[in-house]
Amino acid sequence: MSELSILGRRLPKVNAWAHLTGSARYADDIRLPRMLYGRLLRSTRPHALIKRIDISRALAYPGVVAVVTGADMPEKMGIMPSTQDETALAVDKVRYVGEPVAGVAALDEDAAYEALSLIDVEYEDLEPIFTIEEALDRDDVKIHDTSKRANVFKEVHLSFGDVEGGFAKADHVREDWFFFEGNTHAPIESHSAVASYDADGKLTLWTSTQVPHYLHREMEKVLGLPRTRIRVIATPNGGAFGGKSDPFGHEFAAALLSMRTKRPVKITLDREEVFYAHRGRHPVKMRIKTGVKKDGEITAVEFQSYLDGGAYASYGIATTYYTGALLTVTYRVPAYKFDGVRVYTNKPPCGPKRGHGTTQPRYAFECQLDKIAMDLGLDPIEYRLRILQPANSRTVNELRVTSMGLGECLRALRDRTSWERKRSERTKGKGIGVAGSAYISGAGLPIYWNDMPHSGAEIRIDRGGGVTVMCGTSEIGQGSDNLLAAIAAEALGVYPEDVHVVSGDTSLTPVDLGSYSSRVTMMAGNATKNAGLKLREQLVTVAAEKLGIPADRVNLAYRKVYDLKDPERSMSFVEAANLAEAKYGTLVGAGSYRPPAGIGGNYKGAGVGPTPAYSYQAAVAEVTVDLETGQLTVDKITTAHDCGRALNPVNVEGQVEGSAYMGYGEIVVEEQIFRGGLHKKPSLLDYKLPTSLDTPKLETILIESVDSEGPYGAKEAGEGPLNPVIPAIANAVYDAIGVRFDETPITAEKILDALGKRDNRGITKDRIGPTGLGDGKADPKRAMRRLEASTEARERKKTQV
Amino acid sequence: MLRLPRFRFVSPPSIEEAIHIRTEHPATSMYVAGGTDVYPKMKRRQFQPEVVIAIGGLVRDDFRGGTLAPLADTLPSVAEEGPLPLGPLPLGLRIGAGATLTEVAEHPRVREGYRALSIAAGLVSTPQLRNMGTIGGNVCLDTRCNWYDQSLFWRTAEGYCMKTHGDVVCRVATSSPRCLAVASADTVPALIALGAQINVVGPNGARTIDLAECYREDGINYLALEPGEIVTEIVLPPSDGWRSTYLKQRDRNSFDFPIAGVAAAVRMDRGVVTDARVAITALGSRPVRVDASALVGTKLDDEAIGAVADATHKAARPMDNTSGTISQRKRAARVFADRALRSLRDD
Ligand SMILES: Cc1cc2nc3c(=O)[nH]c(=O)nc-3n(C[C@H](O)[C@H](O)[C@H](O)COP(=O)(O)OP(=O)(O)OC[C@H]3O[C@@H](n4cnc5c(N)ncnc54)[C@H](O)[C@@H]3O)c2cc1C
Ligand code: SF4
Repeated sequence: MSELSILGRRLPKVNAWAHLTGSARYADDIRLPRMLYGRLLRSTRPHALIKRIDISRALAYPGVVAVVTGADMPEKMGIMPSTQDETALAVDKVRYVGEPVAGVAALDEDAAYEALSLIDVEYEDLEPIFTIEEALDRDDVKIHDTSKRANVFKEVHLSFGDVEGGFAKADHVREDWFFFEGNTHAPIESHSAVASYDADGKLTLWTSTQVPHYLHREMEKVLGLPRTRIRVIATPNGGAFGGKSDPFGHEFAAALLSMRTKRPVKITLDREEVFYAHRGRHPVKMRIKTGVKKDGEITAVEFQSYLDGGAYASYGIATTYYTGALLTVTYRVPAYKFDGVRVYTNKPPCGPKRGHGTTQPRYAFECQLDKIAMDLGLDPIEYRLRILQPANSRTVNELRVTSMGLGECLRALRDRTSWERKRSERTKGKGIGVAGSAYISGAGLPIYWNDMPHSGAEIRIDRGGGVTVMCGTSEIGQGSDNLLAAIAAEALGVYPEDVHVVSGDTSLTPVDLGSYSSRVTMMAGNATKNAGLKLREQLVTVAAEKLGIPADRVNLAYRKVYDLKDPERSMSFVEAANLAEAKYGTLVGAGSYRPPAGIGGNYKGAGVGPTPAYSYQAAVAEVTVDLETGQLTVDKITTAHDCGRALNPVNVEGQVEGSAYMGYGEIVVEEQIFRGGLHKKPSLLDYKLPTSLDTPKLETILIESVDSEGPYGAKEAGEGPLNPVIPAIANAVYDAIGVRFDETPITAEKILDALGKRDNRGITKDRIGPTGLGDGKADPKRAMRRLEASTEARERKKTQV
Repeated sequence: MLRLPRFRFVSPPSIEEAIHIRTEHPATSMYVAGGTDVYPKMKRRQFQPEVVIAIGGLVRDDFRGGTLAPLADTLPSVAEEGPLPLGPLPLGLRIGAGATLTEVAEHPRVREGYRALSIAAGLVSTPQLRNMGTIGGNVCLDTRCNWYDQSLFWRTAEGYCMKTHGDVVCRVATSSPRCLAVASADTVPALIALGAQINVVGPNGARTIDLAECYREDGINYLALEPGEIVTEIVLPPSDGWRSTYLKQRDRNSFDFPIAGVAAAVRMDRGVVTDARVAITALGSRPVRVDASALVGTKLDDEAIGAVADATHKAARPMDNTSGTISQRKRAARVFADRALRSLRDD
C-alpha cells in the first residue's frame, strides 16, 4: 500500500548485524564482577522418593560457595496458576530422569561440576510409568497425588451441534487412529540465567526467557521476595520455539544462590540438560471420526486426543484444549465433539512447541481429509476448496473468524507447484501431497485471569529525533524488536534505525505477556501502533499550526513532516518533535492492546481457541522414496501463508521457511524418545535435527488478506506455517508409495516394513499407525522388563566374581 | 557446556619420546591426534587419561606443506612441485597418519587413484571435524554404542556397562560375553578395499600390517595393535587398473557416523574383473572384508554382483545399539554392495 513508508518493505532486521556478527549479548555472555558459576544436580531416577540429601561433602569441596536443595524453595510453581505442581528443585520426590534436585554455586564451573558428585542423595525407587496406556490404567501408582483417576492430569469433553444427527446424515464415515511422536525444540542457545542480588536487597535476573512477566510473578512466589524488589530482564533468546516459556528450576536456583552468597550467579544448561528441560511437543494418540456427504461436505467430526504430558503440568491444560479447539476453523464443521485427556508419565514435562497442541491434530485431520478425498475420488486441493470455512463467520465452537485466506493459499499452490501435472504423473517412489492449516494470532485470554491489557508499549521522542520504544516483549529471534521498531517508525514517519528498542525488562517496559502463541505482532504491534499514533497526533497538531495547513493534510514519513498536497511545504521530524515538546512537555506516548470481547464462546474451556484473527496456510510437499533402502527424501516444500499483511516480507518468509524446516524435521527424523526412562538421544549428534544438506528446497508464497483486527492488517507468521508441512509430507508419501503413515516420524524402517522389505516374509502393508489405545504397539512393560533383566544379570555376574 | 577433566598435555618432540611417555604411564595415558574423538569422550568421562600425548604432528610427512607423499622417493612431493601429472600410481601412495581428513579427501592423487578413500574421508562428519580429524585417528577410532556414547550423568543413571565397568553386563545383549560396540570409521572399509597396509612404531620397534588384520571382533579391545604402538603411515598399493567407491548410510547428509558403510574396489582389465575387494563398516564390532571372488573373471554382471551382495548381507551383523534399526542396516548392506558394484561398471 502506497501510504505506508516502512511496513511492507524488505528491510533488514534492526538487530541483524548483532546476531550475525555474534555481538548480541545472550545471557551466557554476561560476566559480572565476583560472579559464581552454578550447576544443577539432576535426578538419576525416573520415579523415586528422596529419602535423604546430604550436601556436606559438596559444601566442603574447595571452591564451592553454596548449595541449595528443594527444601529451600518448597513453594509450588508453574506457568498456569490453576495447575501448579512443580517446585524449583525436587522436594521429596523425583518424577523424571534429569529433574533438578540441587544447585551448587562455586568459584568456577569445574568445581561446581565436581561438587555435584559429592551430593549424596538416597532414593527409594517407585514404579515408573512411561506410556499413555499405563498412565490411564494404573491406579496403584500415582505420579501426582492430585490425579483423581489413575494418572490423569486433565480430562476435557466438549460437544457442539447435533453430532449424532450429523453422522446419521453422512453418506460416508471414516474413523482413523493416529499417533504423533514427541519431539523437542532444540534451540541453539541453551537456557541460561544470571542472577544478581545486590546490596540494596534487589534481585536482577537476566535470563533467556520468552515470558519475563510470568516469570516475575513466579519469582515473587517462590523466593518470597516482593516483586518490587525483583527485576527480570529477558536477554535475546538464541531460539526458543516455546521451550523457554515456562519458569525453570535453574532460574530460581541462580536467584537463591545469589541471595545466599550475595554474589552474582550464572547457570547455563549444557546441551543434555536442555533435553531434560524439554516442554516440547506432546506425544499424542488420536482418533478422528468424520462423516461426509457424497460431495465431501462434512456433516460431523468426533475427535479424541490422548496426550502424554510427562511429569508436570507446564501449559498442559491449554495444550489439551488446543488439540481440539482449532480443528473447526479451516473447513465447515456443523457438528463437533471433542474429548481430550492428558496424562502424567515419568518423562521430562511436555509443553508448548511451535504450533502448540494444534500440530498433532492438524496432522491427523489433514491426513484423514486426504483419505476422504481419495474415497470420494476428489482431487485433494479441489476437495479442500469446496469445504472452506467462510471469512467473517463463526465456527460451531463459537470461534470468530475474520479474514480467511486458505482458499487463496490453496489456489496459489496449485498454480505454483504445477500440481495437476505432477499429480497425474505416476512414478513409483515419487509423490506430491497437500495440507491446509490455521493458527491463532495470540491467545484470546491471558494465563492468569485479569482485565488488564495483554500488551503495553511506551514511546518516547528525544530532542534529537531519536525514538525509544519500550515494550515487555521478548526477542526470541523471531524479529519482535524489529517489528516494534518498524511499527513505531511507520507511525511516526522515521526509519527503523532511528528507533531504539527496549524490550523484555520488567522494570523498564510495560507488561507484554510474552513471546508465545504468536501474539507479538498482533498485540504488541497494536499497542506500539496506538502509542505511536498518540504522539503522531501531537506532531501533526504542531506541524499544522506551523505550516498553516489543516491537520488532515499533514503527513509524517521519511523523517519529514509535510503537506500531502504540497510536499515542499515541510519541516524535519526533529523540528516537529521540538515544537511538540515545547507545547506538550516531555513526549511520551503509551498504548495498549487487549483482544476484543466476544471472539469466543462462554462455555467451560472456551478460553482456549479464540484469537483476534486466525492465520491460514497450506503446504505442498514433493518427495522421493528410495524403494530399496526406505530412505525418504523431501525434495521441495512450497508453503502459501496468509499473514494478513507482511509488515516485513523477508521476515515473514524467514518464519515460513523456518517453520517448514522444523515441520520437516518432525516428520522425518526427530523424536524425543526414551528407553527405560532414559532419554535415548540427548545430544545434537543423536537427536537428528536436519542439517542444511538435508533441508528440502523451500519456497514461500505470501497471501495478504489484510485483517481488520491486526496492526496495519497483519496476522501471525511464526507458528501456523509449521502445521501443514507435516501432513503434506505424509500425504505425499502416500502418493509416492501408496502407504498411509498415520504415525510419525516416517522412518526408513517403517517404509521398508510397509513395502514388505523389512524381512523375508514379504508382507506389505498399506498403512502404518496405531489401531487404538493399548494396541500392543507400545508394550508398556517392555522397557522395564529389559532394564530389570540387565540389572539382574549384572547382579548375578557380580556375585559370580 | 560440558568441560574437560584435568589432565596433563604433553607434546613430545619425537615418536620415540612419545612412545616412552606412553609406556611410562601404560594405564593412564592416551595418544591424541586431531582430538575429535578423544576430547568429546573426555568431556563425557568415557576416557579419563591423566596424560594426553599429542602425536598428530609427529606422523605427518616430514616435508612441509604437503601431507601425502608418493611411495617412491623418486617422485617429488606435492608441495615442491605443485600439481603432479595425474594418472595411475605404479608405485602406490603413502599417507602420513597425521594427514587430516580434508587433506585426504581433497588430494588430487587420492581422488584420482583411490576414489573410495576420497569419498569416505569426505563423508566423515562435518567440514570442521574433517579439518581437525586425522586419518590415523580414524583408523584407530573407538567403537561406538548408544549405551556408551553418553555423558557421565546418563551412564550413572543407567548403571554403566561392560565397556567402562568390567563387572557390569553388556546392555545390548545381557548374556553377551563381549562388548558389541560398533566399528564406525568411514575410511577403514575404503582402505581395506583398496588393500591398505599400515606402518606402526611401538615399544618393540617398527612393523607393517595389513589393515584388514588390525581389528578384533571385540568392542573393547577392538584394535590388534600392541600397547603404545603408533600408526605412522598408511600405505596404499599401486592403483593401476583399480576403480573404487564407498557408500554410506546415515540419518542425515552431514554430521552423522555411518550406520552401514560399504566400500568396493575392482581391478579391471579390458572390461573383465581381475581382482576385487569389498569391505563393510558399522555393521559389527570390526570392519569386515567380504569375499568378492565371485566377481573375478566376470564383467561385473548382475549375477556375480548379486552373489557378492548376498555375501555382504551375510557378513553384516548389526546390533541394536546405533540409530536406525537392525533390519534397515542389514538390508542396506546388500543394497549398497549391489549399488556400489554396479557403479563401477564401464558405462
Ligand atoms: C560429532 C562427530 C561426528 C563424527 N562423525 C564421524 C563419521 O561420520 N565417520 C567417522 O569415521 N568418524 C566420525 N567421527 C569421529 C572422528 O572425528 C574421526 O574418526 C576422526 O578421524 C578421528 O581422528 P582424530 O585425529 O581426531 O582422532 P583422535 O580423537 O585424536 O584419536 C582417536 C583415537 O585414535 C588414537 N590415535 C590417533 N592417532 C593415532 C595414531 N597415529 N596412532 C595410534 N593411535 C592413534 C587416539 O589415541 C584415540 O584413541 C565423528 C566425531 C564426532 C565428534
Ligand atoms: S555393546 Fe554392550 S558393553 Fe559394549 S558399549 Fe554397548 S552396552 Fe556397553
